Amino acid sequence: MEFIILLVILGVVVLLALVVVALYNGLVQRRLRVDEAWSQIDVQLKRRHDLIPNLVSAVRGYMEYEQETLQNVTQARADAVAAGAQGPADQARAENALSETLRSLFAVMENYPDLKANQNVLSLQEELTTTENQISFSRQHYNATVRDYNTAIATVPAVFVAGMFGFGKRDFFEADPAAQEVPEVRLR
Amino acid sequence: MATRTTFFQQQSSNRRRSLLLLVSVGLILGVLGFAAGFGTTGDPFGGLWFTGGAVILAALLASGSYFAGDRVVLAASQAKPVTEASHPQLMNVVREMTLAANVPMPRVYIIEDSAPNAFATGRDPEHASIAVTTGLLDKLDREELQGVIAHELGHVRNYDIRFMLLIGVLVGGVALLADMFLRYTFWFGGHRGGRRGGSGGGGGILQLVMIVLAVVLAIVAPIAARLVQMSVSRQREYLADATAVELTRNPAGLEGALWKIGTDREVLEVANRATQHLYFTNPIKKFEERASSVWATHPALADRIDRLRELHSAPPLDEGERATLARH
Repeated sequence: MEFIILLVILGVVVLLALVVVALYNGLVQRRLRVDEAWSQIDVQLKRRHDLIPNLVSAVRGYMEYEQETLQNVTQARADAVAAGAQGPADQARAENALSETLRSLFAVMENYPDLKANQNVLSLQEELTTTENQISFSRQHYNATVRDYNTAIATVPAVFVAGMFGFGKRDFFEADPAAQEVPEVRLR
Repeated sequence: MATRTTFFQQQSSNRRRSLLLLVSVGLILGVLGFAAGFGTTGDPFGGLWFTGGAVILAALLASGSYFAGDRVVLAASQAKPVTEASHPQLMNVVREMTLAANVPMPRVYIIEDSAPNAFATGRDPEHASIAVTTGLLDKLDREELQGVIAHELGHVRNYDIRFMLLIGVLVGGVALLADMFLRYTFWFGGHRGGRRGGSGGGGGILQLVMIVLAVVLAIVAPIAARLVQMSVSRQREYLADATAVELTRNPAGLEGALWKIGTDREVLEVANRATQHLYFTNPIKKFEERASSVWATHPALADRIDRLRELHSAPPLDEGERATLARH
C-alpha cells in the first residue's frame, strides 16, 4: 500500500517537473525571439549613430547659417548613444528626439540647392532614410514579440514558472508620435 | 485586423486554387486527348494512349513552370540582376519592405526600358524575384517606389506569384496542346477514320462524335483558360494594392505611382501576352478601353486610384482627372 502511494507521489512529482521544464523552455524561446527582434533594431540604431557625424561634417561647409540645427542633431545623437545602455523605453525616447532633429535638418537642407548636387550628401541622406524606415518597420515586429512574451509571463500557467526563474517584463520600443500622423495626400 | 484575415484567406485560397487549376487543366487535357485519340484511331485504347500523352505533357509543363518558370519569365523580359553597389536606393527600399512584410529578401532585377513598370515572380517567398524597369526608377520618387515594391511583395507574400506562374504556362500549354490535337484530328482523322469506318456503323458514329468533341474542346479550352486567367488576376491587383498600403502605411505613395504610370506614354517593349498579367500595371497600351471587360488582366487605373483614396477618405477622381488618365 505504502509502496503504491510512494509511486503515485513520485509520478506526480515527475509530471510536475516535466510541466515546469516545458513552460520554462517556452518562456526561454519567447525571450529569445524578443532579443532577436531587438538586435534587428539595434543594428539599425548603431548604423544611424555612425552615419550622422559623416552627414554633419559633409553639410557643415554649405550651411553656415544653420549651426544651431546641426548642433541639435549632434547633441541628440550624443543623447541617443548614451541612452543605449538604459533599455528600450529610454532609448526609444532619445531616438525619437534624434529622428525629430534629423527631420528638421532634412527640411532645412531643401533650401540649399548645392547640397542636392553633392553625391556624397545624397547617398548619406539615402542611407539615413533607409535606416529610419527599417527601424520603424522592425519596431512593429519587436513590439509584437514583446507583447507575446509579456502576456506569457503574466498569465497562468507560465506565470508561476516566470516568478520562480526571474523572467522580468520587457519594454516596448514606442513609436515616434510624429511618424504616426496621417500622411498628407498629394497627387501629380 | 480585417486585412490580416484577408491575407491568410488569400494565402490559403491561392494554394487551393493552384491545386484546383492543376487538376482541372489535367482533366481538360485528359478528355481532350481521349476524344482526339478515339476520334482519329477509332479505338478506345488509342484514346487512352492520347490521354496518357496529354496528361504527361501537362505534368511536365506544370513542373517545368513551377521550378524554372521564374527564370524563363526573367530571361524573356531581359531582366538583369541588381547589386547593392549599383542600385543602393532600390535595394534599400526592397529591404525595408521585406521587414514590413516579414518575408525573406527576394532577388532583385532591372529591365532596361524607359516605360515605368514592375513585376514579381517565383514559386514561394523563399524563391521570389522582383523586377523593375529603369523607367520606374527614373520617374518615381522614393515613396512612390516604396508603394510599387510593397505591391509586388504583397503578391509574393500572398502566394500570388506561384499561381500566376502556373497559370501563365498552363494557359499557354492548353492552347498549344489544343492546337496540336486540332491539326492532328484534321489531317489524320478523316484518313484513318475512313479505313476503320468499314468495320462497323456504330463505331463510326461514336468516332465522329469524338472528333466533333475534340474539335469543340480544342477551340473552347484555351478561351476558358484565358478567361480564368483574366478574372483571378484582376482581384489580385486590388488585394496587392491594399497590402501595399498596409505595409507602407502610406496610400499616397502608391497612388502617386499609379498616377504617374497611368499618364506615361512609353510602351514596354519586352512585355507580351504571356507575361502581361504579371506586371504592376498592364504593359500593353490601348488597355484602358477594355479594362472593364472580361479580358482585362488588371482593373482600370482610375478604379485602383479611387479605392486607395477611399482608404484615407479623400474624394474620388473627378471627371477631368479620369479623362486625363483615359487619354494616355
